[in-house]
Amino acid sequence: MKQRTITVLNALAVFAAFLFLWQIVLWIFHVPRFMLPSPYAVALAVVARFPSLMNALAITAEESAGGLIASIVAGVLVALVFAQSRWVRKMLYPYTLLLQTVPIIAIAPLILMWMGAGIPAVTLIAFIISLAPIIANTTQGLISVDENLVHLFLMHNASSRQILFKLRLPNAIPNLFAGMRIASGIAVIGAITGELFAGSGRVGEGGLGYSILYASSQLQTEYLFALVLAATVLGFGFLFLIMFLEWYFLHKWHESARVTETE
Amino acid sequence: MSANGDVPEIEIVGVTKRYGDARAVLESINVVIEKQEFVSIIGPSGCGKSTLLKLIAGLTSPSSGTICVDGMTPLNARETVSFVFQDATLLPWRTVKENICLGMELERVPKGRREKEIAMLLELVGLKPVSGAHPRELSGGMKMRVSIARALATHPRVMLLDEPFAALDEMTRDRLNEEILRLRAEQRWTAVFVTHSVPEAVFLSDRILVLAPNPGRVHAEFRVDLPMPRTSAVRRSKEFDALTSLVAHTLRETIPQ
Repeated sequence: MKQRTITVLNALAVFAAFLFLWQIVLWIFHVPRFMLPSPYAVALAVVARFPSLMNALAITAEESAGGLIASIVAGVLVALVFAQSRWVRKMLYPYTLLLQTVPIIAIAPLILMWMGAGIPAVTLIAFIISLAPIIANTTQGLISVDENLVHLFLMHNASSRQILFKLRLPNAIPNLFAGMRIASGIAVIGAITGELFAGSGRVGEGGLGYSILYASSQLQTEYLFALVLAATVLGFGFLFLIMFLEWYFLHKWHESARVTETE
Repeated sequence: MSANGDVPEIEIVGVTKRYGDARAVLESINVVIEKQEFVSIIGPSGCGKSTLLKLIAGLTSPSSGTICVDGMTPLNARETVSFVFQDATLLPWRTVKENICLGMELERVPKGRREKEIAMLLELVGLKPVSGAHPRELSGGMKMRVSIARALATHPRVMLLDEPFAALDEMTRDRLNEEILRLRAEQRWTAVFVTHSVPEAVFLSDRILVLAPNPGRVHAEFRVDLPMPRTSAVRRSKEFDALTSLVAHTLRETIPQ
């Protein structure tokens, strides 16, 4: 516990030093306000435009959470299919690679054109971009089971259902969490990218991406900074939530979730 | 106990096992193991001793020849057979208690009977104080105890043990050897025990099969007539020493120069 307090204090000290450095740069180089506002000005912008900031944050949070949850559900289902046979994996694996390599920036306009700008389209973009790591990690966990454990189950006449639910799935949970950690960050990126393309004319309805576009076109740099801050907090919040769940479910038996305790 | 009182527990007739076109791992193996016999299989690496155990378990099938366990095919006899692996092969997400329960759970033993069985086994192998612990918290010897308890939970008539104590230190190994004999004396199962250790084989067995490699075959057979119950005093006896050096000498003959 004491160790943890020190860690937190260290992080806060670094943050304070960063703010201080930022202020010093402003003093020395006389940077114009619309290029780089002071930390204080950003804080003022956060307070002054808090309701619209929160509104944008809520919309983006909804889209990225929706995309992430959908990709977890779909990703686990696909992984279950992949785990059935090497043959299925060989046949379908190239398409997951495709999923990973298709530049989301290039297909976002297409999806928006087909579905119309709005929360469903952006959620779909967040879903597509965060799907691959879930599939890859969960499949890995399902198939990398100790051969002797499979033999043990067979010796007790286990059905393939029992092998799946009592052996392969629990074995894949740590991998699933690793996939979720990666996916949570990129789901937020996907949602904001989608909003950037969803674009104009939806004041009060757009998420962080839309607001960023708007603030930059209006040279409201303080607010732009506030939005970037909000996007960071959102990504961090997702990651923190998943790491907490990971710790909660795994700390009793799995090494990866124990790191914070042994440090 | 058995419906087939007159057939041997395990009967291996003319069994050859080869993978693809490679040289046979095992060639023309003929072994008969009687009910309640404790047979150790010893031999240098590559003599196919683990493969032989897997054949009896039905985890792999012979290229030719037949194997009968209690008059049945190995697959049909699985209900009466338990396998103990070299690694403890515990499920890390389950507690000691839940791990012991696994075999019974898979074989759909009713819940009430499971609880009773677990309580008895925890007592029997001395794991009661750690019944709620996860495998990560246990020493190697403790993990192996859990593995053995899990194997015994389904009341096997045949125990197949594949170098179960190879990774343990000598003291733990000796103690577990004595425990295995005690458990067998109480429960009267048949055991096929694969090992690298000559003293271990001599201490545990009624009979020792020495296998030779390239291709795997039975090279020699020893009957062990040391008194039962075997205690640590047996380990210090002259007869134990004499037989151990004889088996060790025979084992050396099988190692290709």
